Amino acid sequence: MSFWKRFSTNRGAVFGLILLFLVIAIALLAPFMFPRGPWAMVQRPFLAPFDAAGLYLGTDTLGRDVLSGLVYGARVSLLVGLISTVMALCIGVPLGALAGFYGGWVDECAMRFTEFFQTIPNFALAIVLVAILEPSLGSITLSIAIVSWPPVARLVRAEVMSVTKREYIDAARLAGLSNMKILIGQVLPNTVSPIIVMASLMVATAILLESSLSFLGLGDPNIMSWGYQVGAARTVIRTAWWLSFFPGLAIILTVLALNLIGEGLNDALNPHLSRKGRA
Amino acid sequence: MTSPTLSIERLTIDLPAGADRQFAVHKCSYQILKGEILCVVGESGSGKSMTANALMGLLPSGVKVGAGRAMFGGKDILRLSEGDQRAMRGDRVAMIFQEPMTALNPLMRIGDQIAEVFAAHKRHSPAQRRARALELITEVGLPDPAKIIRAYPFQLSGGQRQRAMIAMALALEPELLIADEPTTALDVTTQAQILKLILDLRDRRGMAVMFITHDFGVVEEIADRVIVMRHGQIVEAGTAADVLQDPQHDYTKALLNAIPSGHVPQSAPVTNAPALQIKSLNKVYRTGGGFMKPPREVRAIDDISLTIAKGEVLGLVGESGSGKSTLGRAVVRLVTPDSGQILVGGTDMAALNDADLRAARHKVQMVFQDPYASLNPRHKIMRALTDGPIAKGVSKADAQARARELMEIVGLGAEAVDRFPHEFSGGQRQRIGIARALAMDPELIIADEAVSALDVSIQAQVLNLLRDLRARMNLSILFITHDLRVAAQLCDRIAVMQKGKLVEIGQTSEVFLRPQHGYTQKLLAAVPGGDWGKTG
Repeated sequence: MSFWKRFSTNRGAVFGLILLFLVIAIALLAPFMFPRGPWAMVQRPFLAPFDAAGLYLGTDTLGRDVLSGLVYGARVSLLVGLISTVMALCIGVPLGALAGFYGGWVDECAMRFTEFFQTIPNFALAIVLVAILEPSLGSITLSIAIVSWPPVARLVRAEVMSVTKREYIDAARLAGLSNMKILIGQVLPNTVSPIIVMASLMVATAILLESSLSFLGLGDPNIMSWGYQVGAARTVIRTAWWLSFFPGLAIILTVLALNLIGEGLNDALNPHLSRKGRA
Repeated sequence: MTSPTLSIERLTIDLPAGADRQFAVHKCSYQILKGEILCVVGESGSGKSMTANALMGLLPSGVKVGAGRAMFGGKDILRLSEGDQRAMRGDRVAMIFQEPMTALNPLMRIGDQIAEVFAAHKRHSPAQRRARALELITEVGLPDPAKIIRAYPFQLSGGQRQRAMIAMALALEPELLIADEPTTALDVTTQAQILKLILDLRDRRGMAVMFITHDFGVVEEIADRVIVMRHGQIVEAGTAADVLQDPQHDYTKALLNAIPSGHVPQSAPVTNAPALQIKSLNKVYRTGGGFMKPPREVRAIDDISLTIAKGEVLGLVGESGSGKSTLGRAVVRLVTPDSGQILVGGTDMAALNDADLRAARHKVQMVFQDPYASLNPRHKIMRALTDGPIAKGVSKADAQARARELMEIVGLGAEAVDRFPHEFSGGQRQRIGIARALAMDPELIIADEAVSALDVSIQAQVLNLLRDLRARMNLSILFITHDLRVAAQLCDRIAVMQKGKLVEIGQTSEVFLRPQHGYTQKLLAAVPGGDWGKTG
């Protein structure tokens, strides 16, 4: 299939994809690798990596296994990233599509509403929402979705506007199709490529947001996440570097993987836009 | 015999691996003499523009000059260094492009753009540059030069922009002017003016002109010599008179035959009941406007009434902006008219509400201009042909059977329904567009510039198909076109529009041979190669 051929010519994207699959596999296998869970105290605190047998990344301030926390944290990060992105798409795509398709006052209303969210800094709004809703996995995911849908709506609106001007949409109107049928059957399928690319990058942003919230202590207190690990270790960053270093690395690699994939998707789905010079 | 200005010897241009052929241009040799206009003719993909791009050093990435030389002023210009090439461009060789809308910088005044050419080649002082720019603008016949020099491109019409482009090209008095389809995007009357301008300038300045075109009418009008290209090779070369009157190669003959000739069919009078009746239709577009400022009004359709009988083909001709497309779109209600009636089989399309309109849509169908934009790239042909009938209430099995049958009728074969649009060429897509319109069993088909985007030989095939279908199915067609030759070939009656008004309507032969309105006469006079077409 030519899509895969084009995608695989971008070596960075393939690397990202492998990395992401690795993270997903680890997340899925977590209960089998560490049946006792991330909160169990297994050794004395502040053991450096490789100091004790079986504790490859050492222990944290309370004697919990850092590697175990990392593995369970992967589940939270991926889950939050994925679900919040899906939710953001569920808000942004319909709103943008209606605005772009109908124009006029529908467009005006939808866009003013979108701007209302865009004028508030993302992170500040997320903090406020989580604080109001009580920190939990659900409220974190929801607030991340609420702050990240406006760019989706704008993108979809622009794409829908340009596709709606094509002659095949006129042809569909002449065929007597209803507006909804035209929008869903003819217009939206032709806007999928940029939406997929944007979604892959949004997952990365969502993971970062979740980590930042947990870092500030606004994470779900019952769930081990990478951001929580970094946050909890910040007071001992000079004496026990590994406590914040490895979760930080995990965040960087996962976000990097998603960004590489997003870029690869962009090149593969929009071959005409791909930068010159890439073989 | 004077020595040639440009001499191309066995030029070969390689295409990147994986292209549909190995060479864009293969072993082409020709010369252009001083003061001569050489027309390079060919259909799209024949490699005619590649040669010009190679001369200017403007080949797209991946395309390279393989072998051969192009001698110009004693040097091989294909192998100049980047710096020498830049010095040569504009100074000794200049080029004008097809799209006057995009070839000028939209944010720069015309005068500044011309002066910039001098600045790039370090000629004259700033004051002199301005003076020269003014002279050039005067020379290319732009009205009110003092005002034009301060105008931005968007304030100029297409023809005026092309004149400004020519002024820029002439700025440094080049010995060779390369014109790549400079009149293709223009209306006939404007085209005639630009062709005359190029002829005048050639006479006055004695420069050589390489004129790339697909239109034999244009060739007849200006060429001294002609070369015909096909698949990157020269199939025929000779003086304009020889090639046009006595073509040797089969391909040239085929091309010349494919041109809609000026032979006017003696159409039988149509006496049937009307398929379409338009009664005093109006549509006004209002743009701009706002606080304290009256909006700009364009009367796209100005009190138009006309009738199309069952089984009749009515040609609607006019230049761009005449409102002909708006009229077509109003009939199918893609545009809602301000007032007036559009009666199709007794139903007033203009007065229907959304739901009734959707039910009545099938009565009028449209064939669109751009074969590449008129089919949804993500849907197979089957879906394009059955969506409409199914929405109309036909069962899925019947709609699919009909789709296969229609694909046979338009000459693509029933199995083609399972393919995607990108697997078809432009001409084939246009056939699919026609099949899609027929699938709805319409009472009237609107063909909006349906053959304008096609090469002449493909154009002839599609016109034949339309003529054939019309005879077989007794179709009523409103055929919108800017090309009078095409209209003459297919239509029973011709309606001429100018600035939203219907200025003339009558039997095709009447309109062509005895045009009543001044504007029609002007249009007919402007058709390039008009005389030759009538006698040929």
